[in-house]
Amino acid sequence: MSARRAIWIPHAILLAGLALVLFPIYVALVASSLTLRDILDTPMTLIPGPDIFANYRAALATGTTSTSGQPVAAMLLNSLVMALAIAIGKIAISLPSAYAVAFFRFPLRRVCFWAIFVTLMLPVEVRIIPTYKIVADLGLIDRYAGLTLPLIASATATLLFRQFFLTIPDELVEAAKIDGASPWRFFIDTVIPLSRTNIAALFVILFIYGWNQYLWPLLVTNSPAMTTIVIGIRQMIGNGDAQTAWHLVMATALLAMLPPVAVVLAMQRWFVAGLVETEK
Amino acid sequence: MATLTLDAIRKSYGEREVVHGITCAVADGELVVVVGPSGCGKSTLLRMVAGLEPVTSGTVSIDGRVVNAVEPKDRDIAMVFQNYALYPHMSVFDNMAYGLKMRKMGRAEIRERVARAARILQLEDLLARKPRQLSGGQRQRVAMGRAIVRDPKIFLFDEPLSNLDAQLRVQMRVEIKQLQQELGTTSLYVTHDQVEAMTLADRLIVMNAGTADQIGPPLALYERPATAFVAGFIGSPAMNLLHGRIAERGVVVDGAILRCNGPGEPGRPVLVGLRPEHMELAAEGPLSLRIELLERLGADTILHGRQGADGLVISARVSGTIQPAIGEVLGFAIRPERIHLFDPESKRRLGDYASAA
Repeated sequence: MSARRAIWIPHAILLAGLALVLFPIYVALVASSLTLRDILDTPMTLIPGPDIFANYRAALATGTTSTSGQPVAAMLLNSLVMALAIAIGKIAISLPSAYAVAFFRFPLRRVCFWAIFVTLMLPVEVRIIPTYKIVADLGLIDRYAGLTLPLIASATATLLFRQFFLTIPDELVEAAKIDGASPWRFFIDTVIPLSRTNIAALFVILFIYGWNQYLWPLLVTNSPAMTTIVIGIRQMIGNGDAQTAWHLVMATALLAMLPPVAVVLAMQRWFVAGLVETEK
Repeated sequence: MATLTLDAIRKSYGEREVVHGITCAVADGELVVVVGPSGCGKSTLLRMVAGLEPVTSGTVSIDGRVVNAVEPKDRDIAMVFQNYALYPHMSVFDNMAYGLKMRKMGRAEIRERVARAARILQLEDLLARKPRQLSGGQRQRVAMGRAIVRDPKIFLFDEPLSNLDAQLRVQMRVEIKQLQQELGTTSLYVTHDQVEAMTLADRLIVMNAGTADQIGPPLALYERPATAFVAGFIGSPAMNLLHGRIAERGVVVDGAILRCNGPGEPGRPVLVGLRPEHMELAAEGPLSLRIELLERLGADTILHGRQGADGLVISARVSGTIQPAIGEVLGFAIRPERIHLFDPESKRRLGDYASAA
């Protein structure tokens, strides 16, 4: 009896948690299938309506008046470019820099390491004014480069990779030396394949970090053509001039969730496989 | 086919010197084992030969060529590591082939060489597997395979069997010995296990705190250890080393007089070395031990007992059929030529009296 209950209690808690997370998403899904008038009825119905395809088509293709007619599809593309550039850029820079710090002795190595470490304490928000000035002087306002470069420059990934690299046994490095692998070959042939799991995990984290950026894109993009999805959603929500098109906002919100979900699902399979394989 | 010559090799880390000048010549095809307790500098010595640690002073020569400043990959050596150091993401085949690929060898020759090594090591069915799918012994073989495909001048082994269980260790020990004899490759082998060292070595280097206490064939070290350290390290169970004093025509240990020849001037303090396996039961003594502990090994029994109430613990190996009770007193004798004497200060062997007997 008590054993049965012991099995059910965790399940009940998990189901309650699941409901708590899923219910708002369900409400958004229902709202995105109604007309604006139906949404504004109180209480709003929880039964999906018939306009779901029309609403999504409208959002993707034309957006709303408050986004200056910028369609959501274009915003999604902007966000995708930004998130991918940040995730790939950070990984591409941090892998070799972590390799340098972890495996090589060179003058000022400690200084370099601490310099990288200190940048952790300076997130974009803290250095936003000087960064904006530099980006503006370089003429990168309203450009993908301006949107992504300042966010690529940070140390989190470098430190994580360094920690992982320190767990690679010295003998492996020495075996490679005796086998005649140059440092570069060791990096390509051994370090990167062994880091697969970490790369996948970081990619997920960084993609979502990039996707969710709000403050920085708000500053460096002025043209509607450069609007990212997160900013787009904010713009759609009424600022007094026009009634908020909640059915389209909800559709957009759900669309904005899809790429991060896709990345998590895709990478999860990859890094679970990596976790099973990895052995030190 | 190659020789390896170490000439007054020293290694310091900052102020601290850890290897104090080792000189040794390894002949072509010889297997020399470096043995010593952990921290004695034996691994450091091996790593200097491999080129993984710079030599502070002295020279390492392979085939007469000084290689102090030569990169590990250009020394024509292969090394087997304690934890195997296999590339975890590569198959067995790729692990063995990697060093050859780095040397820009043709695909056909790589395949041929790996196939040959796999045949020798019975790894043919495992070539597609990853290291994690292998047992400890199989991983060890792959590590060996990675060394032999290269057909190097010298094999370096860094405690290659320490991570295996006891039974497998004995088996792999035999395999390594056979393989090394078949291939005839000059080898330097580091271990802390004196049994492994004794069974494998053509010659042994016993290291103690950064110096080579003695270099020689295993039996010579067993029979005539040059220092008290070598005496205690080589042989199992370990030699009894007891403080004693030279008397007329013998030595005194805890009041018992052991007869031995030409031991020097009476009254001089000495370290007396008695191997447990050389202790013979003799009712009339001169040693009489009160038994405190028995280790029953089946074929043999190892007795630990004291000479007198506050005497030193002395161990003796006797036939397994002898099963005395705790507290029983047994008499032991030892043949004069089997007594080793060492200087208590320098710990060096005293005189040549033992061989003279």
